[in-house]
Amino acid sequence: MGSHVDLSIRAAADALRAGTLTAAALLDAVLDQAARTEAELHSYLTIDRKGAKAAAAAADEAFSRGEDHGPLQGIPIAVKDNMVTNGVETTAGSQVLSGYLPPYDATAIAKLRSSGAVIVGKANLDEFAMGSSTENSSYGPTRNPWNTDRVPGGSSGGSAAAVAAGSALGALGSDTGGSIRQPASLCGVVGMKPTYGLVSRYGLIAFASSLDQIGPITRTVDDAVIVLETIAGHDPLDATSYRGDLPEFGAGLDRGVEGVRVGVVRELSGEGIDAEVLEEFERTLDRLRGAGAEIIDVSLPSTSYALSCYYLIAPAECSANLARFDGVRYGNRVDGSTVEEMMGRTRRSGFGPEVTRRVLLGTYALSAGYYDAFYGQAQRVRTLVSRDFATAYEQVDVLVSPTSPTTAFELGARTQDPLSMYMSDICTIPSNLSGEPSISVPVGVDGGGLPIGFQVMAPALGEATLFQVAAEIERLSVFERLPSEGVGV
Amino acid sequence: MTYEAVIGIETHVELKTRSKMFCGCSAEFGGEPNTHVCPVCLGLPGSLPVPNEQAIDWIIAIGLALDSTIAGHSVFHRKNYFYADMPKNYQISQFDIPICSNGRLEVEVDGEQATIGVTRVHMEEDTGKSTHMGGDGRIQSADYTLLDFNRAGVPLVEIVSEPDMRSPAQARAYVQELREIVARLGVSDAKLEEGSMRFDANISLRNEGAEELGVKVEIKNMNSFRSLERALAFEIERQQNVLDQGGQVQQETRHWDEGAGITHSMRSKEESSDYRYFTEPDLVPIEISDEWRERIRSGLPELPGQRKGRYVEMGVDPVTAATIVGGGLGDIFEAAVSGGGSARTVSNWLVGEVTAYLRREGTSVGDTPLTGGALAELARLVEDGDVSSNAAKQVLEGVLAGEGAPRDVAVARDLLAMKDTGALEAIVDEILADHPDEAARLKDGDMKVLGYLMGMVMRETGGKADPKTANEMLRTRA
Repeated sequence: MGSHVDLSIRAAADALRAGTLTAAALLDAVLDQAARTEAELHSYLTIDRKGAKAAAAAADEAFSRGEDHGPLQGIPIAVKDNMVTNGVETTAGSQVLSGYLPPYDATAIAKLRSSGAVIVGKANLDEFAMGSSTENSSYGPTRNPWNTDRVPGGSSGGSAAAVAAGSALGALGSDTGGSIRQPASLCGVVGMKPTYGLVSRYGLIAFASSLDQIGPITRTVDDAVIVLETIAGHDPLDATSYRGDLPEFGAGLDRGVEGVRVGVVRELSGEGIDAEVLEEFERTLDRLRGAGAEIIDVSLPSTSYALSCYYLIAPAECSANLARFDGVRYGNRVDGSTVEEMMGRTRRSGFGPEVTRRVLLGTYALSAGYYDAFYGQAQRVRTLVSRDFATAYEQVDVLVSPTSPTTAFELGARTQDPLSMYMSDICTIPSNLSGEPSISVPVGVDGGGLPIGFQVMAPALGEATLFQVAAEIERLSVFERLPSEGVGV
Repeated sequence: MTYEAVIGIETHVELKTRSKMFCGCSAEFGGEPNTHVCPVCLGLPGSLPVPNEQAIDWIIAIGLALDSTIAGHSVFHRKNYFYADMPKNYQISQFDIPICSNGRLEVEVDGEQATIGVTRVHMEEDTGKSTHMGGDGRIQSADYTLLDFNRAGVPLVEIVSEPDMRSPAQARAYVQELREIVARLGVSDAKLEEGSMRFDANISLRNEGAEELGVKVEIKNMNSFRSLERALAFEIERQQNVLDQGGQVQQETRHWDEGAGITHSMRSKEESSDYRYFTEPDLVPIEISDEWRERIRSGLPELPGQRKGRYVEMGVDPVTAATIVGGGLGDIFEAAVSGGGSARTVSNWLVGEVTAYLRREGTSVGDTPLTGGALAELARLVEDGDVSSNAAKQVLEGVLAGEGAPRDVAVARDLLAMKDTGALEAIVDEILADHPDEAARLKDGDMKVLGYLMGMVMRETGGKADPKTANEMLRTRA
């Protein structure tokens, strides 16, 4: 691996300030790494070489003038291609938007830019963030840097793969049902979904608005704090954005877990989880216990229904969110003899099978006569899931489970069986339903050398505690941060 | 068979907020096509709505003016249907928890009062505008369609009445009253011609005395109060004929053809039956505190109904009071009265000469030189006997035509009353002498000839004689 590309954001930021590294050199190293690995990995849909070089040069100039806009200044970052970037093609992994040049930046992108970050390019994803393997991208799948026969997870598979492969030092993903945490787990990196409303969704191409949240994918917990601090905060352009003061996310990073009450979610850490994943999970619990944490068995009975609930709410919202892709104002158009025919043809040819499936499911779930039985019922279950969490947090500080029931699976293994694909998110979906923060930390590898992630969940705005526990798990784990054998390494 | 018409009306009112409902774009009417647009109102990928608080204030004001219950907690929904000029292919609207519900409006037709229930008043956003090019101007025959999104996202208030109206005249009175209210509140231009106020009507017939409702028909495309009244009258007759011939009215949407004066069946929209409403996840519920509601209530202006009542108490007859308020003459009336004019005199001028002049010239009172002060001055001239009430009408015309202040007009037009009793006496004596028979009859107490003789005096003096003085002189000198 290249000399600089395996640095953490923190280490690179220190080197940039020490004068031992320039943003331009760091970017060159990252672009070289991408040039070596991309043909096989395909973690990026677009690499914005020109924009990135300009941003790196601007960062170096700022350093030379003594200007410091924070730790991301000069750091190469990948962003998932469902966040709009002014003048840079944004497709959300869909044919319907191929060639689309947005006229504005998403708020999270604007915040990255004003902090001096260098946006390398737009990372691959499952079309409109719908999927768990990045195989639903209509521009071809991304492969896992640890083993290129394997998927990187999804839907933020491109972001996770880029960070794992050294084609970016950090990335933004979006998480609707686990789309940051599950690929982070499968690619051996840290992935964090903030409290709903903490990061503005303005400019994030909506999948399921009440569940979507942008968050960091990084190599370390500390780096995740850095990225989150940059992108979080109230945005007057997002009515669901949190208005209060932000917690100090990194306040507990060095505090350890002495006396911390850790609840093990029974329903998410037994049946349906691979034996090797469970073994690693148990080992991590032992380490936490050894570090002074109190491990408590907790039951969240409603989480058994979380997956079904999610697969009603998310498709229902997406059926409306994706209605705007009709060929009238932007994106690809397939002509027809009437406007209805044009819209129908545009959508039929523009959307892939998984997106079509979810739009149809959602349309059905909202239809008159079915609303109460499906969408209405799902909303009630969502309330129950939130209540279960609230009850649990009366006796524990954080909840834990494996992030993904399995390690990275082979490409094609689940594409013919949507239900088995949906099961990939069984552990991550509950905190999307409750809108609470959650993080995946790599803790080990399985017999095949594939990474295993450990999930920590906390109550709303409990980011500081979440990072505190995650940082301790990171310290306690015996884990090589980057793939030792894999593509381009 | 005698039938009773049952009419309900849905009214859409565009608010005249500076910016649109969910973004910062100008909500002003007009502008080059697609110049008042941004990522939000164009529905670009990733954009999000943020509600306009001014619009919420104003819908609360409308609700309060209609005696509605204002919800403490209200929710936006998505109404899903595909239409080329609707950028997101869903409209942000309200469904089961509108901001205002259970209101009412008092209307009066030919002196008969009726209370029309207002089921709900809710907030939504307007769509863009389609212009179909080629063919007969309708989408089916068009070669292509031009889209203008300047109106997309303009705040729109929907006011839904109960089916409480029983005649086209009542329906007209209801929408006119509504327009007066929103105009008075200052929340909408309420211009029918610009589409800032529009209405659809539902109408069914039932046997008189029956409880059960008949099959209803929705009528669209009525662009004036008159066309609403005409369309309903046509529809009543059409349905009556269908029923009389033993047929059944079809539930459908019908299009009013203003030129032909008929309604005809519109192609039914296949999608229209199921809008798949669900809570708008991009917005949080609107929580309207008691303080918020009461702040709006305390800022409400006097409403047309209250104003009319006050004018009636001032001695103006109810029909005249309604004409003044409805004709936008309330402010000038009040200025004239507070300047010393008698309410009755001023109000009669306003609904008489002034209204006739405005109608003839196609203008509004604000665009004429007439002021409340001028009316008060004229009233004083009449009271002091300087101008006869007949001459006052001519003075009024002069003022309206821009000839100057009332006294100047009276002088210029030689309309000042004859205060010289000697000269008047001479004229009266001459007339009595020329008409000895009439003079004798008057002397005998036959008052019927008095009017005739007064007319002679007025003709002779060019209307400048003070009627009271002349009247008295005729009787005493006959």
